[in-house]
Amino acid sequence: MADSVSGLSSVEAIDLTPVEKPRQLFLEVLYDWVTTVDHKKIGLMYIAYSLTFLVIGGIEAIVMRIQLAVPHNTFVSPEVFNRMFTLHGTTMVFFVGMPILFGFGNYLVPLMIGARDMAFPRLNAFSFWISAFGGFLLYYSFIGGSGLYGAGSAPDVGWFAYAPLTAKVFSPGHSTDYWTLSILLSGIGSIGTALNIVVTIICMRCPGMKLNRMPLLSWLYLVTGSMVFIAVSPLTAAQIMLMLDRYVGSHFFDTQAGGSAILWMHFFWIFGHPEVYILVLPAFAFANEIIPVFSRKAIFGYPAMVAASVGIGFISLSVWAHHMFAVGMGAGANVFFVFSTMIISVPTGIKIFNWLATIWGGKIRFASPMLFSVGFLFQFLIAGLTGIMLSVAPFDWQLTGSYFVVAHFHYVLVGAILFMIFAAFYYWYPKATGRMMSERLGKWHFWLMVIGFHMTFDFMHIPGLLGMPRRIYTYEPGRGWEIWNLIVSVGAVIQAIATLIFVYNLVHSYYKGEVAGNDPWDAWTLEWSTASPPPSYNFATTPIVHSRRPLWDIKHPEDPDWNYE
Amino acid sequence: MSTIPITPDPSDEPWILPDRGTIGMACLIIAESAIFVIFVVAYIFYMGQSLSGPTPRQVLELPIFTTICLLSSSFTLHWAVVALRKSKLGAFNAWLATTVVLGAIFLIGTGMEWYHLIYVDGLTIQTNLFGTTFYSLVGLHATHVIVGLLMLIAALIFGLTGHVTEKHAHRMDVLSLYWHFVDAVWVIVFTVVYVLGR
Repeated sequence: MADSVSGLSSVEAIDLTPVEKPRQLFLEVLYDWVTTVDHKKIGLMYIAYSLTFLVIGGIEAIVMRIQLAVPHNTFVSPEVFNRMFTLHGTTMVFFVGMPILFGFGNYLVPLMIGARDMAFPRLNAFSFWISAFGGFLLYYSFIGGSGLYGAGSAPDVGWFAYAPLTAKVFSPGHSTDYWTLSILLSGIGSIGTALNIVVTIICMRCPGMKLNRMPLLSWLYLVTGSMVFIAVSPLTAAQIMLMLDRYVGSHFFDTQAGGSAILWMHFFWIFGHPEVYILVLPAFAFANEIIPVFSRKAIFGYPAMVAASVGIGFISLSVWAHHMFAVGMGAGANVFFVFSTMIISVPTGIKIFNWLATIWGGKIRFASPMLFSVGFLFQFLIAGLTGIMLSVAPFDWQLTGSYFVVAHFHYVLVGAILFMIFAAFYYWYPKATGRMMSERLGKWHFWLMVIGFHMTFDFMHIPGLLGMPRRIYTYEPGRGWEIWNLIVSVGAVIQAIATLIFVYNLVHSYYKGEVAGNDPWDAWTLEWSTASPPPSYNFATTPIVHSRRPLWDIKHPEDPDWNYE
Repeated sequence: MSTIPITPDPSDEPWILPDRGTIGMACLIIAESAIFVIFVVAYIFYMGQSLSGPTPRQVLELPIFTTICLLSSSFTLHWAVVALRKSKLGAFNAWLATTVVLGAIFLIGTGMEWYHLIYVDGLTIQTNLFGTTFYSLVGLHATHVIVGLLMLIAALIFGLTGHVTEKHAHRMDVLSLYWHFVDAVWVIVFTVVYVLGR
């Protein structure tokens, strides 16, 4: 039997009836969740927490787009506008992007490598709660100052918090302290979770799962986790310096006492640029799992994909100063960062070609996860192309600080990363809840999202090229920016509607969705071999794997993968 | 479903994975190194940039005695773990106690140095860029020494009350990795602050 060969339970015997559980009191449920050390529950809490912040950050984006829809708008005051873009950036990067990816990592990595839990379950719970506390602390800054309508005394220094704007003189009050502390805490949480994921992947793999048989998702999380230690730790160090400057009067970034504002930029972007890859590598990881399953083909070029990911990890650590071309670093430094930035497009290109080769000639099923993945491929390509344009220092000199840059990085963050996050939701939701998400609502979500996304960020390039700067709260009519800004704002509202459909789909499908069964997509990785939702111990017997697609081997014993590897 | 795999069953090979504690500590050390790198870079970047005195040459003295104490504590801790592995619990406690004493001497030395700098030479973290970078870098290292000492003291208490046996040698290994890291960082801090900085 398959059991004796592989140690996996047979896939034929799937119990489709949802199990009736005795009702628990609300407080009991709450106690269960707060005290849990189960990697699946912590993963889901991460995801719930970042979805909450996704909605909050989205509202901030909409406020900004309403303000900029027409010239001379007075919807919000300049102060509130500054707070909105600061909180929008900070929230989306630190309290949406990283936690949601760590949430998926937490949930999926142990299941995919056949482990029962993470390497350090209690560290895992600690990391989650300290990150969450960081997020809440940022919004606690709303209470105070000029009240809720005036957005309290929220931070207004931009998500990059350039010195000396953060000095006590220019940022009186405590808003910047809230910003620093919340980033510091969530950074500690991120480092803890990343450490946990890396140790889990290295030390907890089930028998037979050698490094060259791991699912690509685990490989990419290994690279991402390692990058988090190397990139988020400098941010933590820089935040400590900023706190020392603000609390005890040291002079790291105090230009009056000989300190340097450029040093803050270096320290911030030493974190800030790898951060883009920390966010995008998990998105690649989802694509690596979803595209093969929906094309009915094994991933093309597994070793090349691994090599490209590790390559991206290394190169990304040497490109940070392309955010600083206009600062005046000198020609030598600029040339170095131009070329290191361009080189990173080589491994990225390898990945795109491998995905295309996987789709090529496949039997493609356009279910929601695949739709979002195809959108991702297309949009990520365009984002990469504008990225290469911006990596050329003279071009960057012209357009840095304009809406062209805003459009470029939102193309990556929304068009690539958020699209893949949505794909991952549609793909793994049945595993986590036991129910399918509605395909009909999924299609509505996808098409509205695509239309809204392209209306917003395609057209945002144009006012950028016409010279519209970032971070302005309003503008004069008659410069040719009005029509583009109006289109962009309408697109943003369409995206918000699409996201609300998605949130409705999440809630609705939890109660009314079609029962999924263990393996609704006919997939090949280990997480689909256990029940949906998985029991707290994940696998009844520890699986033993012989190839990269263990479930394929069980379903097709006449033609197992290990004959070809 | 009953076909026999064509290739030999890989599960026959012994399946041994690296140890969680060691890899976890290695990851922590990488993360901590990145933090120290930023503080060291800031120190080097601001070397000689202070707008006012005192300068390092005027006030810093080479802490040779405490450095020797800290560096030799790595060896005593190593011998403690070796003794534990051979089940020589008395020797383990003795070497561990020596390590704690040596680490404490280093901390006291730092405290005396700081007292002298603050109350005699008038150098605080607010005085100039030298003060800013000096206290933050040396202070960050001292914080790590304190954390390491607390863990070593806990191990010593467990050792003296008879709760440590040979099977805990591996945990002491992980702890000693941390302590060796703290020592290695001191070599860099010593070189940058006291040798190059003067």
